[in-house]
Amino acid sequence: MQIETIQDQKTTVQESIDITGSEAVLKALIAENVDIIFGYPGGAIMPIYDALYDYNDKLEHILVRHEQGGIHAGQGYARSSGKVGVVFATSGPGATNLVTGLADAMIDSTPLVCITGQVFAHLLGTDAFQETDVINITTPVTKWNHQITDANEIPSVLAKAFYIAKSGRPGPVLIDISKNAQIQKFNYSGYTYCNHIRSYRPKPNIRKEYIEAAAEMINKAERPFVIFGQGVILGEAEAEFKAFIEKGGLPAAWTILGLSALETDHPLNVGMLGMHGNYGPNVLTNECDVLIAVGMRFDDRVTGRLDRYAKQAKVIHLDIDPSEIDKNIKADIPVWGDCKETLPMITELIDLKQHDNWTNKFKDCNEKEIEAVIHDEMHPTSEHMTMGEVIDQLNEITKGNAIIVTDVGQHQMVACRYAKFNQSKSNITSGGLGTMGFALPAAIGAKYGAPERTVVAIIGDGGIQMTIQELGTIMQNNVNVKILILNNRFLGMVRQWQQLFNDKRYSFVNIESPDYVAVAKGYRIEGNSISKREDLKQSLTKMLEHDGAYLLEVFVGKENNVFPMVPQGCGVSEIRLK
Amino acid sequence: MKQEFTITIYTENQVGLLNRIAIIFSRRKINIESLNTSPSEVEGIHRFTIVIDETEEVVRKVVRQIEKQVDVLKAYFNTNDEIIWQELALYKVPTDTIAEKAKVERLLRAYGARAVVIRKDYTIFETTGQREETDTLLNVLGPFGLIEFVRSARVAIIKDSKGFYEKLKEFEQSKPATRIDSINRSRIEEETIDL
Repeated sequence: MQIETIQDQKTTVQESIDITGSEAVLKALIAENVDIIFGYPGGAIMPIYDALYDYNDKLEHILVRHEQGGIHAGQGYARSSGKVGVVFATSGPGATNLVTGLADAMIDSTPLVCITGQVFAHLLGTDAFQETDVINITTPVTKWNHQITDANEIPSVLAKAFYIAKSGRPGPVLIDISKNAQIQKFNYSGYTYCNHIRSYRPKPNIRKEYIEAAAEMINKAERPFVIFGQGVILGEAEAEFKAFIEKGGLPAAWTILGLSALETDHPLNVGMLGMHGNYGPNVLTNECDVLIAVGMRFDDRVTGRLDRYAKQAKVIHLDIDPSEIDKNIKADIPVWGDCKETLPMITELIDLKQHDNWTNKFKDCNEKEIEAVIHDEMHPTSEHMTMGEVIDQLNEITKGNAIIVTDVGQHQMVACRYAKFNQSKSNITSGGLGTMGFALPAAIGAKYGAPERTVVAIIGDGGIQMTIQELGTIMQNNVNVKILILNNRFLGMVRQWQQLFNDKRYSFVNIESPDYVAVAKGYRIEGNSISKREDLKQSLTKMLEHDGAYLLEVFVGKENNVFPMVPQGCGVSEIRLK
Repeated sequence: MKQEFTITIYTENQVGLLNRIAIIFSRRKINIESLNTSPSEVEGIHRFTIVIDETEEVVRKVVRQIEKQVDVLKAYFNTNDEIIWQELALYKVPTDTIAEKAKVERLLRAYGARAVVIRKDYTIFETTGQREETDTLLNVLGPFGLIEFVRSARVAIIKDSKGFYEKLKEFEQSKPATRIDSINRSRIEEETIDL
């Protein structure tokens, strides 16, 4: 397709032909370089699916088993590829099934364009079959949403949708298209890309005086500490970030969404922040003199009790979203802007330095944590396996090159703590919303987003049962994902809390599992189940070497806990090692 | 300390935007005391005037959330002494009471009320002013058989505002300026929301 520039807006070559709204939707997707759609058809989106029948060679469509699976797959795709995920669903229940995924994508800043069918415009508000007020239902969980009832609007609204989804702080956009607009023929004269909306500023202005102030503060710091989040990945600023911490000799710790932006083995990577993060990053947050937050939002799982968080430190906060500055933690120096631009500006002004005494403190803390927690997790004396040793064994085989997709709960925390990563966009998890059932469909999307890479979905026995139907999607499309179920026969994280804080009153956390290998077999997916340590290495190797999808269930100790832990309502210094 | 803040929002005229703005308050369990939407001095640009009773810290955060919305151009927040504001009230009073009781007529005159409709059975008066003024008249008319009362939302103009024409020109440029040299810390040009 030819692209020509008209003024400063690119547009596809003028076509001026009569086409249906549905075709205009597909032409927009092609113009936006979409190569895959995750979706599920239904009455109100049938005209778009009918048009798709003729576009099969240009747009791949993956039929999922549930719309929630579709949107999580879209998220997984977006996170592994850095592109916008596209999801189709029908009206009514199809649209409402997207809500969990939208909320997840909203809080984790994942770029998505969801297209939902809607009943005929003349039926809006009449309680028609499969009519639901999807715009108002999804308003709090979308960056932007819009209803189209006239096909003429389709090209410009979709151009806006893609621009909004991927620019600035990314997020999900939902476009609801009534059936009449899908059918309607209109005069189509090409697709004009959107690169400006007057009411929308994706990037705030960079203030040079704050860049200078930040650099000065970093230069004066004796115990500087960098904490980084997904902003580094979303801004594709991994190299800029590394240059920044290397020049300043700045120890850096990550939030779970920032994980993989900096390789695990980097000498300045001091580990994970937050509730189940590493000991050093948590306690030393309350000892640093300058705290430099990059593309992260001081989530309560990271900060613990706010009035006991980094009170002694000056805070420099780099964020593209002005509403994040001062939201939870007051910034002494707010550095608004895209960190891909602001980081090099600061790097240029800071002194080449090492802070050996200070970085050694992280090492000392790490020694303490190895002794108290990590050693036993890796070399348990019990006959039952730990989740940590499974991840450790996986690291040995993948060498940190795999994409790890996790669900939510104990296995997620353990995987984030122990999995090794050599490259960015490799850790995909539901962070902000904590959506159980995320991993299996997200792994499908992640594989399509990075087909050349190994994708391992690590899932608990609770989460897998929430979206297990997506095994059908894997079966039908031969998606080469590795499914590693860590089965402790409990809803482990809730059980851990009940043990620690509710006097072991295990209220509804016993969860029974089906025979997962038999279930997988039913879906024509090979699998295996192990409970003995001596089978671990060989089983993991077999899973990874298998040509195609593979399910491996590993039984782990029933009542293992994830430590360290900052109990809810406590400050980060009150982190417990046992 | 909680106090009355007036939030002024310049927006595109979009279906659904009222809900998008309203839920920013309801999600945080903040009651909207008054809400008005109207055209602004610039054609095609809508203006919301919202009054809430909150601390400055909360208002500042809420305004940032509002300004984050794609269809919102700009949002300001101000205390009452930074704005000129008015509300309009209508009072329906039985006509015979006014005719019979000279005191009522005197009261209405004293409060600058203007008769909008005079019928045999009732008369509708209108006053424009600040909350206390319309409230006082409401209280004094009460005992004289007030039939109906209604008050409009607040409309307000920011004393220091230079209008929206210039701002809009900036917004219409496809590239934002890369740098602003001076740090303007006054509230209506609140720096984080100055784009």
